[in-house]
Amino acid sequence: MEFLLIKFVLVVIVFAVSLGIAAYSTYAERKIAAFLQDRVGPDRAGPFGLLQPVADGVKMFMKEEIIPSNADRLLFILGPCIMMMTACMTGVVIPWGHGLEINGTFYPVQITDINIGILYVFGVVSIGVYGIMIGGWASNNKYSLMGAIRASSQMISYELAMGMAVIALIMTTGTLSLREMVEQQQGFHWNVFTQPLGFILFIICAFAECNRTPFDLPECETELVGGYHTEYSSMKLGFYLFAEYINMFISSAIIASLYFGGYNFPFIDQLGLSPNMLSIVGTLIFFGKIFFFIFFFMWIRWTIPRFRYDQLMHLGWRTMIPLAILNILGTGVYVLYKNGQLHF
Amino acid sequence: MQLTNQSKIVVNKEMTFAEKIYLPAILSGLLITIKHLFRKKATIKYPEQTRPVAPVYRGWHVLKRDEQGRENCTACGLCAVACPAEAITMTAAERKKGEEHLYREEKYAAVYEINMLRCIYCGLCEEACPKEAIFLTDRMVPSDMVRTNFIFGKDKLVEGTEADKRIDVSKRQNAHRHQ
Repeated sequence: MEFLLIKFVLVVIVFAVSLGIAAYSTYAERKIAAFLQDRVGPDRAGPFGLLQPVADGVKMFMKEEIIPSNADRLLFILGPCIMMMTACMTGVVIPWGHGLEINGTFYPVQITDINIGILYVFGVVSIGVYGIMIGGWASNNKYSLMGAIRASSQMISYELAMGMAVIALIMTTGTLSLREMVEQQQGFHWNVFTQPLGFILFIICAFAECNRTPFDLPECETELVGGYHTEYSSMKLGFYLFAEYINMFISSAIIASLYFGGYNFPFIDQLGLSPNMLSIVGTLIFFGKIFFFIFFFMWIRWTIPRFRYDQLMHLGWRTMIPLAILNILGTGVYVLYKNGQLHF
Repeated sequence: MQLTNQSKIVVNKEMTFAEKIYLPAILSGLLITIKHLFRKKATIKYPEQTRPVAPVYRGWHVLKRDEQGRENCTACGLCAVACPAEAITMTAAERKKGEEHLYREEKYAAVYEINMLRCIYCGLCEEACPKEAIFLTDRMVPSDMVRTNFIFGKDKLVEGTEADKRIDVSKRQNAHRHQ
């Protein structure tokens, strides 16, 4: 009973935090876009425009809801639901902090530590593609369909390279559990130093998976109007846009925990704080890392233009995948050498 | 054949390895954009701040009064005729006995309206006016949410009688002398 209650509270907190961060990511995106272009950005709603996400949310709810008469009603509604649901599901396996010890019992700050955590993330993320595909198909609109086709082919191509980049990481860590991976990066032993190529491949694929620039072909306004969400309006559109920001948040969390030590930080044992205190500081630092990566996502968006479709496919299949295979080979040699099984 | 010196020879050269992996170019791009993050913003937050305008700026019109506080305008309609945007309308009325302190001549404009959304601020009304009644000033027309609020009547156009409510138009009228 107590177990269920604690998990329930954790689920609610993670859900609320990811929604809150996603909401304020929209604000941050507009602010950062403005600052990078020497503008001020939204500053009218509340102090520094901090109420802008609230205003946007209200606007989304008040908008007229249109379902095209030729659209498949069931699938049309299902699309954004799947997108939003999968976006919220991935936060479950991420270790947000080491854990708190209260009255002799240890409570890890993680909803569930399944031993195939990273596979779970990949599974759920690949379901997310269906949200886009179904939405694009059900709209009965050529632009939507084009966007959906692009999204699915892009996601399938980049999921391969992403998986391979993670395979190399699994070879060095020897575990699929996200928590164990993070625990192994104690202090400053971050995986990015042992897997630099893997990290670059992973972050590029993460951009593609989140449909962020330079891989935002599925929703490129200049070519496809709105891509897969051309026909969507009101809160269904809001769900699509919102899910994108949640995905960005979760991707940043996964990048931070896979390659940048999660809640670990250098000189962790020299601070002389109590374990509970350290855990809280660790969680804060984890969020600092996440915010940096969210910023990085936005920074990239306002720096690089979009890839052409053939360039995207070329990069995915003829550059990323060979590099990922090379990385696996190199990692294999490295692991053998480290274990002393390699004799020249 | 080279017709202008703007022509450029197109070379279809192979990209080097550094160019092919994009990363150096992306890094230099990131450096450029991050520099802009700390740069001074170009935005002028309009209602609170206004862009400094030249002394010859042509904005919100004023209907002048003479030294005794009487309206100069005689509703001759020359400004409305001169207006290329047809923004000015007026209704003339005859001055009654006892109104001599209000209007300078026997005829005056009972209604005088300028549609500020139609107005192109060319200043032809000012040039057309034989009575030195209408002038454009360096005041900006404030923004509004309702179209009808941009039809400015005499309440917004005629200057006040008190000394401190008079609107100085000498700056623009004498601008050529300062040059």
